[in-house]
Amino acid sequence: MPDDKRVAVLGAGMHPWGKWGRNFVEYGLAAAGDALSDAGVAWTDVQYVSGADTIRNGYPGFIAGATFAQALGWTGARVSSSYAACASGAQAVSNARAQILAGLCDVALVVGADTTPKGFFTPVGGDRKDDPDWLRFHLLGATNPTYFALYARRRMALFGATETDFAAVKVKNARHGLENPYARYRKEVTIDEVLSSPMVADPLRLLEICATSDGGAALVLTSMEFARRHAGTDNLVTIDAVSTVTPRYPQTVIEMPNFSTDSAATISTPGPTFKQSVALAAYEEAGIGPEDINVAEVYDLSSALELDWYEDIGLCKEGEAERMLRDGDTTIGGRVPVNPSGGLSCFGEAIPAQAIAQVCELVWQLRGQAEGRQVEGARVGITANQGLFGHGSSIIVAS
Amino acid sequence: MPSAKTRVPAIDGWFTLDDDAPTLLGSRCTSCGTYAFPKETFFCRNPGCQGKEFAEAPLSRQGTVWSYTDACYQPPKPYVAADPYVPFSIAAVELAAEQMVVMGQVVPGVGVDELSVGTEVELVLDTLYEDDEHEYIVWKWKPVNGGSEVSDA
Repeated sequence: MPDDKRVAVLGAGMHPWGKWGRNFVEYGLAAAGDALSDAGVAWTDVQYVSGADTIRNGYPGFIAGATFAQALGWTGARVSSSYAACASGAQAVSNARAQILAGLCDVALVVGADTTPKGFFTPVGGDRKDDPDWLRFHLLGATNPTYFALYARRRMALFGATETDFAAVKVKNARHGLENPYARYRKEVTIDEVLSSPMVADPLRLLEICATSDGGAALVLTSMEFARRHAGTDNLVTIDAVSTVTPRYPQTVIEMPNFSTDSAATISTPGPTFKQSVALAAYEEAGIGPEDINVAEVYDLSSALELDWYEDIGLCKEGEAERMLRDGDTTIGGRVPVNPSGGLSCFGEAIPAQAIAQVCELVWQLRGQAEGRQVEGARVGITANQGLFGHGSSIIVAS
Repeated sequence: MPSAKTRVPAIDGWFTLDDDAPTLLGSRCTSCGTYAFPKETFFCRNPGCQGKEFAEAPLSRQGTVWSYTDACYQPPKPYVAADPYVPFSIAAVELAAEQMVVMGQVVPGVGVDELSVGTEVELVLDTLYEDDEHEYIVWKWKPVNGGSEVSDA
């Protein structure tokens, strides 16, 4: 891939996920510090700060880019702040990458962090009857797991997925995350333990639904020329594609926080679904296909949703995800390991940090630094994620 | 004893208050015929259409379950839960004429064991919550034959 289409990842850093109860800025700073020292770049050499925002909890989270810049010490660096719910991190990566590819800067720092409350995510407060996210809680009592469960039940009806299959995803990811120092949950679980945990939204149980976590992640992105000069090598990890696509009309799969799908009454719906199109756009941009992927980090908001992603990112055909899982294809050591980090299953979700954390994991995998969870020989990885209201997010990382 | 409370919709303009045959009130673009729920009032969502005028469109009162689940734990505010909390089912329902899927709670007493992908349901009105003076009404889905329709979608 030519240099004017890709950027180098010189540094990656994370603050461990958990329920630390401190200000989100602290997690972002720790991650940024680690990313900068990993890159061997001084904060004062960063020309562009790209913040992934939180809107729910982290004061003053509405302005995360500048919040981190201030905390690191004002340098006059240019700044942007991105909010796209769970896809905020991908937007922040996209902004930094675009600045570099446009030749407007050489060195950018991407940071996302969050502090979350216990329990269900809830909409922003007030009496807001023009906000579908508020209304779905008020009129339906539809939480995020409600939507995850609709997809899970649909999988069972269409493809014969079983509750044991869903539990097996959790068992796999729990095992993957055991040695990951950044994971919040590092404990093996059995199928029986998963299936005896309380039902939250049938057929999904407590151990199958991702928790809400505190955490922070950061990347130092640079131009290829800067990276070669700075690192003194051509052996670089690069970002070859960033997909931030929206759905195409009509969107016929019910999506959070909507009450309904689009109507397909006047326009037929050939072509890919939204989640399929998210990865397709990334593949097209990178000039590769699913057959080139060695490792994937996908957004397992629920155990069942991970299976949807296998198909949506093209690792297998529709209806074959359960077989892939059962055959061990997506376990470390298998054909294309999925969520070697342990995924959201082991992390819980720190919304604006999560899509950045996915990239951090792929960087470490591609460098051979993922101790205790290494996917041997991994050269190309993909992330997949999706933000509320129709924010696609998929990033291809290569070495 | 009949309730003396005033019945009001939990949200204005989304459905009729017709107890016998309530309907959801969507919109239909007068240019391209595209349906929307809740009503579109500003600009047609069909990217190939420039329509800005919409007719109110009562949606099909019956459909089939696209998928379903339940809420075993009490949803957070702004959901107004009964005390003590009573779990309920939720269904996403396909409407054939409109070719869209619309979510709704399922009437009380119908658990997930009585639902399947493909179950035929119809729209009814029910109380969402109440205060001292009002019953706030919302639409819900109710299995046509009391549930347990078997289908493999």
